[in-house]
Amino acid sequence: MSAYKEIAWNGLWKQNSILAQLLGLCPLLAVSTNFVNAASLGLATILVMMLANFAISALRALIPYEIRIPVFVLIIAALVTVVDLAFNAFLHDLYLVLGIFIPLIVTNCIVLARVEAFAAKNGLRAATFDGLMMGIGFVWVIALLGAVRELIGQGTLFSGIEMIFPTLSGIQVLPETYPGFLIAMLPPGAFFVLGLLIAGRNWLDARANQRVRENRQHEQPPAANSLPA
Amino acid sequence: MSDPIQVVRQESGVLRIAVRTAAIMLAFTLVFTALMAGTYKATEPLVAASALAEKLRLIGEVLPPPLYDNDLMADAITLAPQAALGLDVETRIWRARKSGAPVAVVLEAAARDGYSGRIGLILAVGADGRLLAVRVTAHKETPGLGDYIDPKKDRNKARPWITQFSNLGFDSVPRDKWRVKKDGGRFDQMSGATISARAVTNASGRALAWAAENRDRLFALPANARYEESKQ
Repeated sequence: MSAYKEIAWNGLWKQNSILAQLLGLCPLLAVSTNFVNAASLGLATILVMMLANFAISALRALIPYEIRIPVFVLIIAALVTVVDLAFNAFLHDLYLVLGIFIPLIVTNCIVLARVEAFAAKNGLRAATFDGLMMGIGFVWVIALLGAVRELIGQGTLFSGIEMIFPTLSGIQVLPETYPGFLIAMLPPGAFFVLGLLIAGRNWLDARANQRVRENRQHEQPPAANSLPA
Repeated sequence: MSDPIQVVRQESGVLRIAVRTAAIMLAFTLVFTALMAGTYKATEPLVAASALAEKLRLIGEVLPPPLYDNDLMADAITLAPQAALGLDVETRIWRARKSGAPVAVVLEAAARDGYSGRIGLILAVGADGRLLAVRVTAHKETPGLGDYIDPKKDRNKARPWITQFSNLGFDSVPRDKWRVKKDGGRFDQMSGATISARAVTNASGRALAWAAENRDRLFALPANARYEESKQ
């Protein structure tokens, strides 16, 4: 596997920030009440993770080991502030939707975790790519979580999408008479659904490992007969 | 015993490293603070313009621009924190006039008894004492449940819940009937999410009563004056 393929695989599945590392749960649980909010936070997170990984990879030679964590925190907080201001100034319509989520990204420890574990030790291109892939790994899980909670909680999908794409509108999946299931919208519901997603990932991984083991057993030649006579 | 000269040398080495590290930390802090300050300065006019546009848009939702012909932003007064409106900060009250005659005041109010915290409201109260319209500006009600108070989230797009207050005054809905039906009043609520509806209904009733009562003074004050309670 090439280095970039491995980075992608780690971000999307093997070391997925949510399913494997369980990092960034604070914004994850708070915002995943519906698909649109969840995906919006995720997209903003990708942007910040790429910027943070890029900046810290570029500056890594200047940062003394002993004070790396405060410097990382400083850089991440400054970048989030800059992104927040830039969104507000240049993409105001989007800011009205995403704005409340951008400061939340500072609380997402996955950003600090990737900076410390990867960007501080790798080159610019690999670090930026890692930020992108870790961000995409975050997005697909949080969006799935949001979609499941929205579907169970209020019987819709993509509600609120007209705030981002005015021509689209949400879908009523379950009948209008669906009474809603409040607990899915409240924080406990987020834990339940997240627990199920993690269990699903572990099950898939366990099944894949089982297959690999079985294949190996079939392929291995009988050891006793392999010695030359 | 170690060589005293060696100890002094080691100590000065540690000190040097500490000073150097502190200097690097300081440099990073200065550079990134400068970056933030620079971005803030550079975006400030754009952000202010967007905030103004947003405010005008909100005002436009409760008070259609054709109804007035003055410059709302210029014809505004400052309102000291007003407990009757649920406000603990200074707000602005905008006064709409047509050919000089009072049309409506646009004011902010807040309900402090929402299901999860404060609900911000903006209201337009006509010179005749009727509530022209009310909108929610900020809330944290449960998504999918109590958030129908915001017409953007209301599933009834044709006639959102909050529009039932439009063009009503205490002449058509008596003050003691300005409540949700569950409390014996006139206004609908959605079952399972009464608290959000009750908070908005009661806060709009209080705000309407306050605005109707103080209407003459609100219109009489010169622009940019400060409105204080009890200075009769």
